[in-house]
Amino acid sequence: METFFQNLLNGIALGAIYALIALGYTMVYGILKLINFAHGDVFMLGSFVGFYAGGWAGRLLEGKGGVANASWFTFSVILVVSMVVCAAFGYLCERIAYRPLRDAPRIASLITAIGISFFLEYGGQFVFGPDPKFFPRLLEKKIFNFAGVTTTSYQLIVLVVALIFLVALQFIVYGTKFGRAMRAVSFNFETASLMGIPTDRVISLTFVLGSALAAVGGMLWGLTYAKIDPLMGLMPGLKAFVAAVLGGIGSVPGAAVGGLIIGVVDSFVGGSQFSTYRDGIAFLILILILLFKPSGLFGRTTTEKV
Amino acid sequence: MKTKTLFLIAVLSASLFLIACPSSEGPNGGTAGASDEIPLGEFSSLTGTTATFGQSTHNGIVLALDEINAAGGVNGRKIHLYTEDDQSKPEEAASVVQKLISQNNVVAVLGEVASSRSLAAAPICQSNKVPMLSPSSTNPQVTQVGDYIFRACFIDSYQGDALARFVANTLKLKKAAILTDVKNDYSVGLASFFKQSFTKLGGTIVAEQSYSEGDSDFKGQLTSIKGAKPDVLFIPGYYTEVGQIAIQARDLGLNQPLVGGDGWESPKLTDIGGKSLNGSYYANHYSPDDPKPAVQKFVEKYKERFGAAPDSIAALSYDSTYMMIDAMKRAAKIDGPSIRDQLAATTGFQGVTGTVSFGPDRNPIKDLVIIAVKDGQKTKFLDMPPPGSESAAAPAAGSSPAPMTGTATGTGATPMGSATPMGSATPMGSPQ
Repeated sequence: METFFQNLLNGIALGAIYALIALGYTMVYGILKLINFAHGDVFMLGSFVGFYAGGWAGRLLEGKGGVANASWFTFSVILVVSMVVCAAFGYLCERIAYRPLRDAPRIASLITAIGISFFLEYGGQFVFGPDPKFFPRLLEKKIFNFAGVTTTSYQLIVLVVALIFLVALQFIVYGTKFGRAMRAVSFNFETASLMGIPTDRVISLTFVLGSALAAVGGMLWGLTYAKIDPLMGLMPGLKAFVAAVLGGIGSVPGAAVGGLIIGVVDSFVGGSQFSTYRDGIAFLILILILLFKPSGLFGRTTTEKV
Repeated sequence: MKTKTLFLIAVLSASLFLIACPSSEGPNGGTAGASDEIPLGEFSSLTGTTATFGQSTHNGIVLALDEINAAGGVNGRKIHLYTEDDQSKPEEAASVVQKLISQNNVVAVLGEVASSRSLAAAPICQSNKVPMLSPSSTNPQVTQVGDYIFRACFIDSYQGDALARFVANTLKLKKAAILTDVKNDYSVGLASFFKQSFTKLGGTIVAEQSYSEGDSDFKGQLTSIKGAKPDVLFIPGYYTEVGQIAIQARDLGLNQPLVGGDGWESPKLTDIGGKSLNGSYYANHYSPDDPKPAVQKFVEKYKERFGAAPDSIAALSYDSTYMMIDAMKRAAKIDGPSIRDQLAATTGFQGVTGTVSFGPDRNPIKDLVIIAVKDGQKTKFLDMPPPGSESAAAPAAGSSPAPMTGTATGTGATPMGSATPMGSATPMGSPQ
């Protein structure tokens, strides 16, 4: 029983990160019908920006006990830096690579997305070096034990930070003018532009938002798993994609729930005798969903679209 | 005519090589391919996924050859080193070794670290009757390719057995959990050899879990292991994953000692794992803080030249070079078969990584070092002699407390009695 709850807790913490990445896939798909395969690599970029910003903060804090004793304030600053860099990258990516292809067949954008993904992976190997790096411990880690189930302060941070950003996104999409514009564009691109909605700006902002969330995911991943490398975005990116499809691609709550489900499945399979097939099982879920419920768990009622 | 052309090609390619990368030419200044120089081949992963392994190997070889050539080479003939980069790819290893043999006419080959690459090159050396000495490929199959293939490091079955004896007899722990990297032959092999010996010594394996190289999340596996309540975790993986596993194990409240093999050896191990690795042990080929004079002299020279402490890969390649040269010195003729015969006859060779003799299977019989990890420091814990020589390794009184941990005590009382903790009455670091 302890093992069960431990796996459940670990799975939810992992799933929260998948959910943050899955949101970027879902939002971009909702608007452009484009699967942005470079998204997992933006997540990687977020981790690396956090790594370098953390090193820089460590040097600034040298006299005050180094980065290990960094405060919440430092952590938040590094998180914001990472989000801003990734957001800027997301914007440039859309502006330079996707916008010129807006009227081209959709397959062209898809291939471009794969190209950007490779560019980031191998460019990352060139710039950051191919060897793994180790994320600085930005906050003190405490271990808690509740009746045999162990958790760490890092896990709790992951859950709280992910929850804050999910709620914030939900608010942006359903409670602001920009959110309404986003939903309008995803509902019908041409009608929206005829109604005077600046579609280009909405699309840019969607990329900015999605990339910033991927950066948050990257930071939380770095904090939790310590090891980062330029190819790290591949598998979490694909799993987040599965999560987005599972939840119903285009749906914000769907991505969140899909992420959590994939995280929990990962965790339980990891603890079973089939741990080697963990990644395979995630894709088996993808195949089953596409076969039996292609619209995903949260379906796609047109008004719910993002 | 044909040999003349080949010779020309060799000279041309050698001079091209010299022009292209003067730094890798290292010890052998002067003209390349001169007839009085002995051509020696090296293939290493200087680039690619395991570039650090290749760089260390190359440094060890260059350092040894510098010393050998400065001391007059082999009976007055200097050694010329031909280095080829296999880019960490087995198929590339096969082609560069073919090149070394057919174009550079090397009389012997040194390499590789990864067993997969040694296995790709070994059949080529075997069929050309060129002795190949792998400094650090631990997979048993490597030397089974044929009678021209040797290695300087202990093999996984030997290592797995020594680690099982260490856990069962020195640490006196009886319930082990194993976490294997299933994508890695080394890890799978080491796990099965450990299991075999450990159960023979009266231990039980309470949990077996696996992961794949490159994974980051091990909490599921570790949660299952925690449920089985082991005394010790055996993790025969590579350092990157081991560091992460240690962190996640401690996060889950698994505070048992972690034990592993030579795949843990890397300066990065403690960068990743930090304090989570406290109370961990791993087997290694040598320890740079071993007080033996031969070791200290090597460490000093290496540091002076390359600015970093040598890892065991560098120590093994350094020893391999000396072993090969030693065989050449004894050989009546500098050609493949004579060098092979002398290499096979090596007994009691005194190297940095211990005293080496070759068994009939061309694997070395030598000591293994257990390293203890604490607070980011790796220190030599004890020497594990070969299983056959327990009686020779007479440990001192079993009461002297071992350094680093309270769980280990002297092993004088155990029937195997095969381990000599440092700090016991045996003089520090004295060879067994």
